[in-house]
Amino acid sequence: MKTAQVIMDTGAHAAALAVKSARVDVVPGYPITPQTSIMEALAAMVENGELHARFIPVEGEHSSMAAAVAASAAGARVFTATSANGLLYMHEVLHMASGGRLPVVMCNVNRGIFAPWTLWADHQDSMAQRDTGWIQYHCSSNQEVFNTILQAFRVAEQINIPVMVNFDGFAISHCLMPLTLPSQEDIDRFLPPYEPEWRLDPAHPSSFSNVTNAPEYAPFRQMLSDDIMASIPLVKQAAQEYKDITGMWDGDTIDTYRLEDAEVVAFAINSMGAELRLSIDILRQQGIKAGLLRPRLYLPFPAEDIITALPQNAQVMVLDRNYNFGHPGGILASELKSVLFGRRNDITVKNRVMGIGGIDLTRQFMAAEIRAMMDE
Amino acid sequence: MKSLTKAYRPISWPTKGAGGDTGSWRTHRPVVDTQICNKCQICWVYCPEAVIDRQEITIDYRYCKGCGVCAVECPTGAISMEMEE
Repeated sequence: MKTAQVIMDTGAHAAALAVKSARVDVVPGYPITPQTSIMEALAAMVENGELHARFIPVEGEHSSMAAAVAASAAGARVFTATSANGLLYMHEVLHMASGGRLPVVMCNVNRGIFAPWTLWADHQDSMAQRDTGWIQYHCSSNQEVFNTILQAFRVAEQINIPVMVNFDGFAISHCLMPLTLPSQEDIDRFLPPYEPEWRLDPAHPSSFSNVTNAPEYAPFRQMLSDDIMASIPLVKQAAQEYKDITGMWDGDTIDTYRLEDAEVVAFAINSMGAELRLSIDILRQQGIKAGLLRPRLYLPFPAEDIITALPQNAQVMVLDRNYNFGHPGGILASELKSVLFGRRNDITVKNRVMGIGGIDLTRQFMAAEIRAMMDE
Repeated sequence: MKSLTKAYRPISWPTKGAGGDTGSWRTHRPVVDTQICNKCQICWVYCPEAVIDRQEITIDYRYCKGCGVCAVECPTGAISMEMEE
C-alpha cells in the first residue's frame, strides 16, 4: 500500500475524485439537484486538465444516457450522474445500456420524485429502476461512495453490465466527512485500463442492437438475467481485493453491525445504514439485543448472504425510505420477504416507511421506531 | 478483442445472411427467362437485397424476399413473379 492522503470533502466531490482516479474517457452530463455538484467538479477537472476526458454537456438526461451508451459502445470508459426525475427520464436508455451489455457506471444521488416537487432524499428514484437490468449499489458514507465507484467500474467491465452507485442527496452528497484517497498507483493496480470485448469502429463497420426474432431475442435476455446473478461473486471479489490493496472495507454485498447475537435486526440502505449503527448502540444500552444488516448491493439482491447472516428467530425491522405502491409498506420489505419465504420461516419481518422527501432520520428517532415496532 | 463465441452481445458485422434466412419471407419468387434477358444489369442495380449476381443474373433464393422490384424494373420483361408452392 502506497501512502494515502486524508482530506475533508463532500460525497459529491468524493464521487468526482473517484471518477477522476478511474481515468474515465467520456463524461456526458446534465445538471439536476442534488447531483449537480458531481458534474460541476468533473467539468472543472476536464477544463483545467486534471482529467483527460471528453466532457459532453447535453440537453437532458435521456441524451446524457444515450451519449453514455454510444461512448461505451465505442470502447470508452464512461461515467455519468443523475438524480430523481433525471433518472426517470433516462429509464428507456437504461435498458439500452444493460441490454447492450455496456459497462457504464453512473451515480444516482437519491432524491424524492414529483409530484409535488421535492429536492430531498428518499429512495423512490433508484427503486423505480429495479427492472432495468442494472446492478445497484447503495452507499452509507462519502468514503464508501469513493470506494464503490472504483469497485463498480471493475465489476461492470468484468461482466459487461452497467452499474448504478446510489447515495443520499444532501446527507451524503453535500456533507463534509474525512475522506481517504489511496494513491493513484494503488488505484491503477486495482482497476486496470478498460479493454472492451468489441467496439463500434468505422474501420470495421458493424451494427448495434439489430432487430431480432423471438428465437434470437430470448437467449439475450436469459443471459442478461443469468449474468446479473453471476455478478455477486465479482462484487465480493472486488470488495476483497480493494481491501487488500487500500486497506478499506465497507462490506461486500452486505454490511453488518453487532449482528451475531441480535434478536432485533434493523434492515435499511444508504445513509440510514450509517446512522442506524448509533441507533443500535442506543437500543443495546436499553438492554435490547439489536443489530444491523445493511445491503450494500440492492441488485442483484444478495439473498444467500442475507439468509446466512440473519440470526436464528430474529425480528427484522425493515426501514424503507420508499413506497411499494399497491402494497402496504416499502419495497425492501417485499424483496426481503420474497427471499426468506420457505428458507427462513423462523424470521419475523416488520416494516415501516420513513424519511420520505428528506425527513431527518436521527439515531434517536430510528431507535424509538424500532422499539415501537417490537410491540406490534 | 475477447472472444464472443458464447456471449450474447447485440453487435453484428455485415456478412452474407447476417439478417437470417430472409428468403423464407417470400410469397412470390422472381424467375429470370434467360432467353429474353440481355444482362443489362438494371435488376442488379435495383435489387434492395443485393441477391442478384451481376454477371450471371442469377438470384440467391435463400435471401431474396420476393419484393418484385426486379420484375417491375426489367426493361425486357424477362423476370416474372411466380407464386411459391
